[in-house]
Amino acid sequence: MTELRGIYTLWLREVKRFIRDRVRVIISFVQPLLWLVVFAAGFSARIAIPGIDYQQFLFPGIIGQTLLFTAMFMGISVIWDKEFGFMKEILVAPVSRFSIFMGKMLGDSTAALLQGVIVFVFGFLIGIPFNPLTLLAALPLMLLITVGLVSIGLIIASFIGSLENFGAIQTFINLPLFFLSGALFPTTGDSIPGWMQFASKLDPLAYGVDALRTVILGPAWTPNNPLYVNLAIIAIFDLVMIGIGTWAFSRMKK
Amino acid sequence: MSPVINTSQLTKAYNAFKAVDDLNISVDKGEIFGLLGPNGAGKTTTVSMLCTILKPTSGSATVDGHDIVKESSKVRKSIGIVFQDPSVDDRLTGRENLLMHANLYSVPVSMQRDRIAKVLKLVELEDRADDLLRTYSGGMRRRLEIGRGLIHQPKVLFLDEPTVGLDPQTRDHIWRYIKDLKEANEITVVLTTHYMDEADRLSDRIAIMDHGKIDVLDTPQRLKETLEGDVVDIKSNDNKVLQELLATWLGFVNQRIEKDSLKVTVPNGKTVMPRIVELANQNNLYIESIVLREPNLEDVFLHYTGGSIRDDTTKELHGLSAIHRRAIR
Ligand SMILES: Nc1ncnc2c1ncn2[C@@H]1O[C@H](COP(=O)(O)OP(=O)(O)O)[C@@H](O)[C@H]1O
Ligand SMILES: [Mg+2]
Repeated sequence: MTELRGIYTLWLREVKRFIRDRVRVIISFVQPLLWLVVFAAGFSARIAIPGIDYQQFLFPGIIGQTLLFTAMFMGISVIWDKEFGFMKEILVAPVSRFSIFMGKMLGDSTAALLQGVIVFVFGFLIGIPFNPLTLLAALPLMLLITVGLVSIGLIIASFIGSLENFGAIQTFINLPLFFLSGALFPTTGDSIPGWMQFASKLDPLAYGVDALRTVILGPAWTPNNPLYVNLAIIAIFDLVMIGIGTWAFSRMKK
Repeated sequence: MSPVINTSQLTKAYNAFKAVDDLNISVDKGEIFGLLGPNGAGKTTTVSMLCTILKPTSGSATVDGHDIVKESSKVRKSIGIVFQDPSVDDRLTGRENLLMHANLYSVPVSMQRDRIAKVLKLVELEDRADDLLRTYSGGMRRRLEIGRGLIHQPKVLFLDEPTVGLDPQTRDHIWRYIKDLKEANEITVVLTTHYMDEADRLSDRIAIMDHGKIDVLDTPQRLKETLEGDVVDIKSNDNKVLQELLATWLGFVNQRIEKDSLKVTVPNGKTVMPRIVELANQNNLYIESIVLREPNLEDVFLHYTGGSIRDDTTKELHGLSAIHRRAIR
């Protein structure tokens, strides 16, 4: 009970801080707009995916990308907390490190999820053809994807002292995960080099993007893996990351 | 009565360097225990171990009867801390910070409103409670942190340099809260400071700490009394020469030059003063002023540590940078 309350308290704090940061919420519209409108317009003629319009293909990928970038970015909250001393207040509280990690992770996941939902609504508004009700099915899936990604951000941040380093490392991880995930172009098929097909299999986001397409595009999309396989792989990835995250937070001192 | 805090050979080493070296202290229930020492003495390290943030390299300690390593979560429930550096969330309001703390420490929901209101009243922040912390001054944040440390009604409250970087008026306020607190509750306070006046005014007992060790531990009164005698403060045109003369001709051993004055500790100040003046005259030294006074805590400190706490310029810098850090938040 104590632990649950601790998790809830830390969750609420992250969400409050996120919502109060209006600038970030507004700026978050810009990137997906560029991808879905500008990038899609330029590339739709180059990349042909049988049975699906390129913008349609891109849309779940950009949701995945939004989740990835926001999730990784949220790790910054750990660095802020260390920098501004608030981390000490949390670490010395009678709450287990597992709960501290979970509270922060769920709070940051909620924030990333909200960003994802914004892009979802946005896609609907600019007229990408999909059934808006799929949001209901996509939501739990988006959460599942986010948990592992937020955990990566938190784990890195727990080891790192400065904002600059965090920014650099983040870019280093974000872009490969994004490019190899199949968000922008298919990473399977004869025309794709073998090394990339292999690397893509190591990218947790690839399973997320594939699952998102299955849910959002329906039968029009031929998945790389059956949905349940994707879900299982993502879930295992999440659990491993939560384990590592708890360990990383346990060794944190300030 | 068993002590609330007890340490036994408590040590924290960083490689070969011992930040806290074989510490044996016991703090009684209900007292304000002052840990006085210059920057780098090991005060924060001591407090961090007692608060279970740092693991001791060797030795052990109990807080409220719980072992700080084996029963760290029980220790955490029993203590409140005001850290040396700021530790509030400045994007939340004062009330939200307090509420979050109450929840992290499992204060029953039915009591939260009441406790928060009480604490806000104590630290005089009722009318600013719903403003974001980033709009608070350094002193207001400090007061909020002290209030926060009390929300869960801890048995022991640790205050690590609670008034560094604050203006005299705010310091005075904070000192009053701490005094009141002790009178009103059955709380034990461990206070670290490098300010003599703070330690003197608040502490029931003072431990003077330097280089990770306790040099002496007693009540402020008795500490001053141990320096039997009087202190004579002399300002002359050449303190160094005067010091040598006094040592050679009057046999004074307990002398120190500090800034522009020579301080001499003697058993009977009244009778030696004329002789000091006479000796100076005979040697063509000019005495600007000569003052007789009782020993203060600063003299005690110098006596035991052999160094002046004021000479340590880094400390003032530390105070300034703390103000600066508070100001930019
Ligand atoms: N993590 C650390 N690694 C190495 N030395 C440290 C560390 N933390 C503190 N110290 C050293 O331990 C000594 C005591 O520090 P501290 O307890 O902060 O002193 P105080 O609080 O009395 O000013 C200092 O010399 C400081 O430099
Ligand atoms: Mg300190």
